[in-house]
Amino acid sequence: MKKLLMGNEAIAYGALEAGVQVVTGYPGTPSSEIFTTLAGMAGERGFHAEWSVNEKVALEVAAGAAYAGARAMVTMKQVGLNVAADPLMTLAYIGVKGGLVLVVADDPGPHSSQNEQDTRKFAQFAKLPVLDPSTPQEAKDMTRAAFDISESLGLPVIIRPTTRTCHVCQDVEVDEKQMERPKPGGFQKDPGWVIFPSLAIKRHRWLNQQQDEMQKIFENSPFNKIHPGSRRSGIVTTGVAYNYVLEVIEQMQLDIPVLKIGTSYPLPVHSTLQFLDGIDRVLVIEEQEPVLEDQLIKMIWQHRRPLVLRGKYNRLVPREGELDVDKVKRAVAAFFEIDLPCKEEKKLPPLPVRPPVLCAGCPHRASFYAFKQAARGTDAVFTGDIGCYTLGNMAPLNAVDTCLCMGASITLGTGLQLVEPERRVVAFLGDSTFFHTGIPGLINAVHNGARLTVVVLDNRTTAMTGHQSHPGLTRNATGQRVEPLEIARLAEACGAGLVQVVDPLAYDEAVQAAREALEFQGVSVLVMRRECIALVKGQNPSRRIDREKCLDCGVCLEELGCPALFKGEEGPVIGTACTGCDLCKQICPAEAIVEGGEVQ
Amino acid sequence: MRLDIVITGVGGQGNVLASRILARAAMDYGLSVRTSEAIGMAQREGVVMSQVRMGSGSFGALIPNGQADILLGFELAETVRGLPKLKQGGVVVVNTETIFPVSVSLGLSQYDPDQLISYLQEQADGLKPVHATALARQAGTPKATNMVMLGALAGLNVLPFAAAHLKQVAMELIPTRLREINLKAFELGQQAVGGA
Repeated sequence: MKKLLMGNEAIAYGALEAGVQVVTGYPGTPSSEIFTTLAGMAGERGFHAEWSVNEKVALEVAAGAAYAGARAMVTMKQVGLNVAADPLMTLAYIGVKGGLVLVVADDPGPHSSQNEQDTRKFAQFAKLPVLDPSTPQEAKDMTRAAFDISESLGLPVIIRPTTRTCHVCQDVEVDEKQMERPKPGGFQKDPGWVIFPSLAIKRHRWLNQQQDEMQKIFENSPFNKIHPGSRRSGIVTTGVAYNYVLEVIEQMQLDIPVLKIGTSYPLPVHSTLQFLDGIDRVLVIEEQEPVLEDQLIKMIWQHRRPLVLRGKYNRLVPREGELDVDKVKRAVAAFFEIDLPCKEEKKLPPLPVRPPVLCAGCPHRASFYAFKQAARGTDAVFTGDIGCYTLGNMAPLNAVDTCLCMGASITLGTGLQLVEPERRVVAFLGDSTFFHTGIPGLINAVHNGARLTVVVLDNRTTAMTGHQSHPGLTRNATGQRVEPLEIARLAEACGAGLVQVVDPLAYDEAVQAAREALEFQGVSVLVMRRECIALVKGQNPSRRIDREKCLDCGVCLEELGCPALFKGEEGPVIGTACTGCDLCKQICPAEAIVEGGEVQ
Repeated sequence: MRLDIVITGVGGQGNVLASRILARAAMDYGLSVRTSEAIGMAQREGVVMSQVRMGSGSFGALIPNGQADILLGFELAETVRGLPKLKQGGVVVVNTETIFPVSVSLGLSQYDPDQLISYLQEQADGLKPVHATALARQAGTPKATNMVMLGALAGLNVLPFAAAHLKQVAMELIPTRLREINLKAFELGQQAVGGA
């Protein structure tokens, strides 16, 4: 039957159809909904699903399950694969018994990522096969096939959807039946599971031989197809770019052959050469890095094909950002030397800048503001991390001075402090991030005698990616009750000298606690604990401004940057987005912000 | 039958749900569908653009510039920002409501609603202004703005299926306790364009 599914949901259905037995992951846009969809089905269908504390842990748990013969899947975003790189590189040597599929979602653009790295490069680096879906339907089919490929090669297989597969919805044909998998055979002791240098030498040879096996499997893959055409110039493409190529060809009415490769590493040599037989000139169109293009250049040289090849190296196809029909059209027009009619670009009137901001009532705004007050007059550095709170960087808070990767607020802050020992450093990170990679950084800071303040912005969820669970909470991914870990007690156990828990929305106490933490000689940890506003919205009446008392001083507007407050003709106005958090009320010098709005 | 629809707005306006409702309605009619949505950071008061393509078969989900048949604007400034997607002679349904970003309160950028309205009137022949948020409030909650906009779109008779069908799909996708308000919002939208 057909269902309207997002690419991520389609991948989940693919895993279900393949009879997946263990699913792990760490949330990250655009990958998160793959796991969420599976976690929702786990109880009923009887498989294990867990949000792991980070991607390395997620991959290792999935690998363990695959060692014991289960079909396992692990999900993450492209930067998450960096965290999982250590186990991945060696896992390729060791191999797996049950099928192990890594779904690593790339974010060209990038829409919500720190970089645009191309996972296909990682697949090449690890010498593992990678499938590059172009649509949700194909993502589902590839997921199902990936488990079989993994088992036949004894290697993990990577699926690399991009944002426009993950977050695209399509009418997808789904098979309601779940494949019945036999009970896994269990772990069998064998020296092959223990990586010694002597084994690594042997397995490296084996892994290199497997490259040919992968290629053979991909020669007949249904994910590679040819669109016939009569001209002797053609296009080779992969992933979402394939869709754009089809649309451009129709728009421009070009009768040209197109080779679509779904198995972007390793490239199937024979079938590709066959396609190239009928062609003198080829244009390679792919999003991000020239992964196909590099393999084609090598193939052309090795097989002495006198072909003209164009693509990224000729700057016909952009190497940065997302592709779309318009960009592909320009590349195709340049390649075929077709003049595109010059469309006059309409000039738009001035439009307001609208970057994402911390939500109205977000407790992080209060935490940043408390620290800004406490550190006023000092040259304190505020190091930041990955999460909603990265938005604390926006005006007017301007409270995030650095942001690199998960967990780096503490470690980068420690490094800054080595060079400028007198300067105060405040490292901000979220609760889920603390569990992800914050803890080793904290231990390191304590052990090496750093002096800094770590602020755990504990909003009781992983908010940015859609409210996933983490070990500080009482429920896990599948809704089972679990014992929560107390961040303050963990911080004490890591050796932090001063640990306090405060409510950031109790403004005076929060500023006082921030001052004490800043004054502390050593590592202080302040857990600023208040539920994410999205979890408790609608429980408080909004606030309003008492016009009699308001001095129109602008403090509420200019200091906090709350999206519920805007300028009206007679002074500041509180709009319907207000959640009644009371932060503005607590800082208003005229006590002009009062209760009396509606519950929204 | 091919139809490309762009929905623009601000994070939190129910843009994604609106695109799903349109897609489901088209799918029930046997049309192939593709939608593409901003999910993630942009949802926090940022710019959100959804794209819905009906009957485009194997094409991707991204609508090329100057190709959209319909622009459904949930917020005034975002409608103007989305205008380059619209094709010559395309239909624009705009919610006249403004959402001022923090950058405006801070004096970092400007927002002149009158100028934007007259620009839209100049550029789009098929402009349908709707006081969608006010109508949603009338129905019971400003959160039903998306439903007013869908109602208005259905009322224009430009979709490949009947207004009643879109309404039915919308109600199926909305939790039972919110149905009455949303139904009213949808109908107010239809009436606003003289469609019901």
